[in-house]
Amino acid sequence: MTMMKKLLTSAVASAMLVGGAQAEISGNTVKIGYLADMSGTYRDLAGPNGQTALEMAIADFGGKVNDAKIEVVSADDRNSPDSASSTARRWVENENVDLIAGLVASSVTIAVSNILEENDKLGIVSGSAASSITNEHCTPNHIHYVYDTYPLANGTASAVVKEGGKSWFILTADYAFGHALEGDVTRVVEENGGKVMQTVRHPFPTSDFSSFILQAQSSGADVVALANAGADTTNAITTAGEFGLTQSGQTLAALLLFLTDVHALGPQSAQGIQLTTGWYWDMNDETRAWSDRFMEKTGVRPTMVHAGIYSSTIQYLNAVKATGSDDAQTVRKQMMDTPINDMFAKNGVIREDGRMVHDMYLAQVKTPEESESEWDLYEIVRTIPGDEAYRPLSESKCKLVTQK
Amino acid sequence: MSMILGVPVTVLSGQLMLGVINGAFYALLSLGLAVIFGLLKIINFAHGAMYMLGAMCTVLMFDAFGVNYWVALFVAPLVVGCFGILLEYFLLRRIAGQDHIYSLLLTFGVALVLQGVLTNIYGVSGLRYTMPDIFKGGMNLGFMFLPYYRAWVIVVALLVCFGTWFMIEKTRLGSYLRAGTEDSQLMQGFGINVPLLISLTYGFGVMLAAFAGALAAPIYSVSPVMGSNILIVVFAVVVIGGMGSIAGAVITGLLMGVVEGLTKVIYPEGSAAVIFLVMVIVLLIRPSGLFGKEA
Repeated sequence: MTMMKKLLTSAVASAMLVGGAQAEISGNTVKIGYLADMSGTYRDLAGPNGQTALEMAIADFGGKVNDAKIEVVSADDRNSPDSASSTARRWVENENVDLIAGLVASSVTIAVSNILEENDKLGIVSGSAASSITNEHCTPNHIHYVYDTYPLANGTASAVVKEGGKSWFILTADYAFGHALEGDVTRVVEENGGKVMQTVRHPFPTSDFSSFILQAQSSGADVVALANAGADTTNAITTAGEFGLTQSGQTLAALLLFLTDVHALGPQSAQGIQLTTGWYWDMNDETRAWSDRFMEKTGVRPTMVHAGIYSSTIQYLNAVKATGSDDAQTVRKQMMDTPINDMFAKNGVIREDGRMVHDMYLAQVKTPEESESEWDLYEIVRTIPGDEAYRPLSESKCKLVTQK
Repeated sequence: MSMILGVPVTVLSGQLMLGVINGAFYALLSLGLAVIFGLLKIINFAHGAMYMLGAMCTVLMFDAFGVNYWVALFVAPLVVGCFGILLEYFLLRRIAGQDHIYSLLLTFGVALVLQGVLTNIYGVSGLRYTMPDIFKGGMNLGFMFLPYYRAWVIVVALLVCFGTWFMIEKTRLGSYLRAGTEDSQLMQGFGINVPLLISLTYGFGVMLAAFAGALAAPIYSVSPVMGSNILIVVFAVVVIGGMGSIAGAVITGLLMGVVEGLTKVIYPEGSAAVIFLVMVIVLLIRPSGLFGKEA
């Protein structure tokens, strides 16, 4: 009997504790861990400047939420799922980190989101590309905020096919992200009446693309598409220019290109290239005003990832403030219930699979004559409405959607 | 159209040509490594970083002072070469005569520091460098479009390789070098300043790497991490050629460029690994490398 009593009391006590935790901010501190590539290939598009964006969001929020203080810790994930996992585990299990932000390499994100799910903490993914993050790898513990490979293919590939680029040569980085993008692009090209003539998979990373560009030239395809990222893409574009690929009548399509890549290439080499982006600094007064502040601190213009980190941090803090809680599910639900309207997105919605759906943009790189300053690089050609850009929930393989 | 291994002959000839061009870069880089290892017995893991410094120096001198390509082609290797001499004088000299592993670890550390510091300053997206106008465009060879710049790279790289081989193997200065590293006490007895000779040799090897970097600046994306990818390949080339063999490094460099180029057409996914496969096979059959002296 005493045994039973003890059990009952402790059950009631723990229920009260859990209930209590949901309505308050644990330790009176909201702790955010920024985990990103700080030194490798993805450093410039996310990296230390992403942390600056995060800190700008906290400062703009007032540095405190409901009298609880906001703390930031950060670490270099070195693009290694192992290294990122051990940091994430330490943060959520021992250091009371409530939210992990940043998350760039897709492999890192998938590893970290598993740890978040085990510990019921929250993650907001701003840098990763793979659309599988909210499809087969979705969890109730992370939100994918800025973009993914699905709209990249939908935006650029469908635009290029509609403009008459019917036959395609795809040059793919030989790893998970490249394969995913290649698959998405092939689907979009075929759906629009085009044909993929040849795909060539190059080792990641590759510094010399001359051989592949030559193969693309001799394939005779209308469109040469680059399903790679970062230095691989910029190297391939430079080499394509050197070998006169576009002068000989072929179109070059870069499927994932960040502002920092285009800036490194310059309008001379990158002019005319079409790309899909989730955001551009020079879209309107609101984006320009924020970008000016960002540039004052960092010396560069923000990428869509930097802007996404800022926006998602504000959304997160708003949700903590509204619910008075830092419990992952409470905050995530509040974030899902609140449409996002800020300098990053208009009427953005977080779906049950964790995908933040917002408008995407088809952009074209300006010519040197059109470009008025160092960072004046894109012409926004078309807005791709969110519903059209992202994978519809009806096609989702996410367990949160299918098990409903 | 006639085919070889399922690839049209015209495509294959183009790839062979590109293979020679890439091979010329490998040859220049492995030549520097072979000089440094052959004469000084230093395993220079900072070689990729020196290649990167050569390219960065070319770009930065243009941005800051408007130094043009032709001047940079001489000045960048000189500046980086001087840095190499300082490195030898202040660091490498302290571990002279020790096991090879010390030089490997020390130079690897130096490379990481250089790469880290420059990444913090310049980022990794790459710096922009415009090709000199004279090299813009190219010629149609019938089987491929050959940019003028790539043709220039082959010519100048081969000239420099030949010149270096000639200087070390056929001139009096070269014989001093070889003798000075064989038996430094004897050479010092003849009144020759051996430590100075060693510093200069290291500086020269570094200059070769920096020269390759300056040559690469107009065609590859110039960034602090550009050297780390190429370094391992170049080491494999040197091992295949025979550690320390000058002619071996040059010939193997060109050969491996071609092998890699052909793999990129026949089985692109394997192009990063093919050189290492060749290395394994060569080491199994001839442990001292293709042109190395039998131990």
